[in-house]
Amino acid sequence: MTGSVRRLAALSGLAALSLFAQLSVFSGDGAPVAKAQDARRTVRVWHAYDEAEARALREVVRDFERSPEGQPYRLEVLHVAFGAYAAKLESAIPTGEGPDVFIDAHERIVTYVERHLVQPFGALSGRERFDFDAAHLEALTVGRALYGLPLALKCGALYVNDALLPNDPATLEELEALRAHLPVGTYPLVFEAESAYWDAGLLHAYGGRLLDSSGRYAFFGPAAERTLAHLRRLVDTAVVPAEASGDLVKKLFAGGRAATAIGGPWLAPDLPRSLHWHVAPLPSVRAASGAPLVPYVTIEAALIATRAREIEGARAFARFLAGPKGAAVRARVARQIVASRTAALDPELVRDPFLSAFRRSAEHGLPLPTNPRMRSTFEPAQRAIRNYLRGGRSARDVLEQGERRFDDLVRPLPAERSPAPALLVVSLGLLLAVAVAVRRARDPHFRLAVKRSLPAYAYVTHAVIAVGLLVIAPLAVGAATSLFAGAPGNLHYVGLANYVDVLTARGGALLGTGSFWLVLLVTILWTAVNVALHLLLGVGLALLLDRPTLRFRGIYRVLLVLPWAVPSYVTALAWKGMFHRQFGAVNAMLSALGGEPISWFARWSTAFAANVATNVWLGFPFMMVVTLGALAAIPQDLYEAAEVDGATAWQRFRLVTWPLLAPSLGPAIAMGAVWTFNMFNVVFLVSGGEPDGTTDILVSEAYRWAFTRSQQVGYAAAYAVLIFGVLWIGTRALGRATAPDAAGTKS
Amino acid sequence: MSAPSSQRAHGRALLAELGVHLLVLLAVVFALYPVLWVVALALSPGDAPEPRVLPFASHPSLEHFAAVLGVGAGSEAGGGWLFGRQLLNSVLVSASTAIVAVALATPAAYALARFDFVGAKEGERALLATQMFPGVAASIPLYLILDALGLLDTRTGLVLVYATTAVPFAIFQLRGAFAAIPKDLEEAAMVDGATRFGAFLRVVLPVVRPALAVTALFAFMTAWNEFVLAATFLSREETFTLPVVLQRYVGEYDARWGRFAAGAILVSLPVMGLFYALQRNLVRGLSAGGVKG
Repeated sequence: MTGSVRRLAALSGLAALSLFAQLSVFSGDGAPVAKAQDARRTVRVWHAYDEAEARALREVVRDFERSPEGQPYRLEVLHVAFGAYAAKLESAIPTGEGPDVFIDAHERIVTYVERHLVQPFGALSGRERFDFDAAHLEALTVGRALYGLPLALKCGALYVNDALLPNDPATLEELEALRAHLPVGTYPLVFEAESAYWDAGLLHAYGGRLLDSSGRYAFFGPAAERTLAHLRRLVDTAVVPAEASGDLVKKLFAGGRAATAIGGPWLAPDLPRSLHWHVAPLPSVRAASGAPLVPYVTIEAALIATRAREIEGARAFARFLAGPKGAAVRARVARQIVASRTAALDPELVRDPFLSAFRRSAEHGLPLPTNPRMRSTFEPAQRAIRNYLRGGRSARDVLEQGERRFDDLVRPLPAERSPAPALLVVSLGLLLAVAVAVRRARDPHFRLAVKRSLPAYAYVTHAVIAVGLLVIAPLAVGAATSLFAGAPGNLHYVGLANYVDVLTARGGALLGTGSFWLVLLVTILWTAVNVALHLLLGVGLALLLDRPTLRFRGIYRVLLVLPWAVPSYVTALAWKGMFHRQFGAVNAMLSALGGEPISWFARWSTAFAANVATNVWLGFPFMMVVTLGALAAIPQDLYEAAEVDGATAWQRFRLVTWPLLAPSLGPAIAMGAVWTFNMFNVVFLVSGGEPDGTTDILVSEAYRWAFTRSQQVGYAAAYAVLIFGVLWIGTRALGRATAPDAAGTKS
Repeated sequence: MSAPSSQRAHGRALLAELGVHLLVLLAVVFALYPVLWVVALALSPGDAPEPRVLPFASHPSLEHFAAVLGVGAGSEAGGGWLFGRQLLNSVLVSASTAIVAVALATPAAYALARFDFVGAKEGERALLATQMFPGVAASIPLYLILDALGLLDTRTGLVLVYATTAVPFAIFQLRGAFAAIPKDLEEAAMVDGATRFGAFLRVVLPVVRPALAVTALFAFMTAWNEFVLAATFLSREETFTLPVVLQRYVGEYDARWGRFAAGAILVSLPVMGLFYALQRNLVRGLSAGGVKG
């Protein structure tokens, strides 16, 4: 055998040894032995902080462990990726495997209380009450119980580049006038113009709200229309860059290509030393009769998890972290706008122009509403803003659509039903199954067949147990969730109501935006186009590479499978960057060829094309390799015979290659189609469903229901079951239609 | 045949060859371009983005790599030691996944290819079904199962989850490979006195080695690139695998694309190496079964 196989065998042996070592040494909790002798009690702290803040937290932890109140405890700090934070808290806390203390934003507390993930903090001393702002404590109170201690305030302020703008701008209009004095490619102002969170500042200035005080959606009417019109003016006159992400805001300002930027305190640590800048209060808007931009304020808090194992230690640490000592460290190391008033009064902090500018901005800000409905306002509002800025629709039109979307998202969950009919069906089914089993067991033929099957069972039992327990059981439980509604931890049985809702497009038009049927059509088109292109490119390249006379085949082959070897979440993001309107390589190429830059994600056709390009790139190597293998198995003499008969190259392909290739490509095509149908990564990371959710496929739509839209897991599960149904029927029909003989191989 | 016409034929062949190279090179550019962008991003020291056609860093620097590896300025606590530990985790988890998945799948695939037994058809359908059901809803039940088994936050638990998810595809892959082998092979061995299992072990397995290698590679890659489940199940820095670490570079307010790209390259290198080492097997192993289907 070849050397590489031997190498693999050696590697496998090594890995088997290490697996054994791992199982024997690290099973259980895997804590190193030295820690077992530590008499201190462990307090677990979870956070999703970025670098500087994580560093500050570590320093506070160290101080705490040395302080008298912290002496009995040993802290275990875990930095969780922001993208995984919520899911992790939700699955870990109910099982008691979660943290004792965790850090999160105040607006999530209501949701956490509803799901029983946090517990009341308990009473504060008089001094502590004095140390915190009453409004901040109020934001952390649900019902009459306080659920956490305020740590820091997060809000936006105006960063000013001293070289480009000597004086602080008093009004937004001053910044607009600056356009004429700056070179092309340098902007008077950068901020995320397409984000509802940041645009809310302007909306508030015009007297509007995203959600009113009684929890009703309020992003419509004159204030909203004037906000949209103003935003469009800013973008159309290139005062503000279009399609700016938070990342781009940072890069433009750090690169000296923006006179001002609206951003949070987290922007500061990444600005280069060479850049001279300071922070100023947000400007006012002359068009809004001089009202200032009012940013949303988030209060970051230390929360105590339910089922915390070390409640006393958790409280002690939260007190230390939020109190003057912890706050001083956080202000110094991470430049947080700390909530502790004692710490904030420190003369050094008061003199710090950065911290005091942010503090002023926060004082004028509007705390993000704690209403759980706030979560459901962002998606409709954001889509309205994007539809308005990218498409040519009227403000009233997009705002009305946003309102309808919001109403749809927060409409009451299906009513609880009695599970009796389902139980009846299930028990009848079980009864029937038992009856069939008993009858078959009595059948001598069947018993003989089972007896003959016994040797085969010896080969499959362990796989059946493992797959049954860890793949099929979780999937079955997941599928059963589709009969329930509500958020995780708070589910009630609703029968088939979720399916009815999905299949009737929630009472809207059957082929309206976001309806199951329209998304299904898009998904089918997506699968067909991708598989066709995979096949074309894969088979084409394999035919080219199969020529034995071709030089450098080996090198070509290795280079061409490269897309397969890099993790797809990385390359999907690289592709997204390449399609960026202003800074993407694709538009750079277009303009080098004399074309106009395209806003790729503004139109369905181009956004879909961008997704397809990415997925074709990811998927063609698999098809190519499969084809190469199948080609190698075709006997060479068939070609020779065909050549003797005077067949042209095309005839040779059509009459010899293809008939022999097709059957072996069948399984690969089927597999590829199933994978493409459920290709979440590409759609979610490249177009993200843009424009307006029209490029979403069924899986990404299911994901949105499960995680971003008030977490309707049951509804998402119904999607998953329907996806399964579509694929099951689709592949069976396709299998029958394309390979009638394959059905007869073994039945 | 006269001399000029043969010369013309030769010229045409040369032209055709050139055309083939041109087409293949075009495909190579298509395949490499995004990868080169990732490399350029990893080598650019936090520059402002430039709309450029050529994916090369203007002032290449290794600072992002240094930061990811935990050497040099701006590195996280734990530093190089932690990165090494996490790399080891990834290697251990992925290699173990490959072994466990192949060990689970091989006998089952053999049984499906060779024996006619009660439940074979149903089992095969169930395997196919697992590939079609999106896993969106399965992560919480899985979490509860691992918790019940006491395997939460351990590499063993992660290996079990990865290996079982890799099993269905591995079975399809290997069943094809087994079906392609003539039955006389093990029958001859059995005539010579080997047991069925002995024949399977000593005669059949060596023949399907390329397919085993490719199946192992796929299982390895499943584990090597996975981060959603890993981030949910693992709760200590020392047990993290590399993709979980990578995911943290993309924060709530702050995305460090340079480091993300540098980390991505470091994560991809071993898989590229494996692809290179196994490329011949890849071609043979993937198609071994398909032809006879």
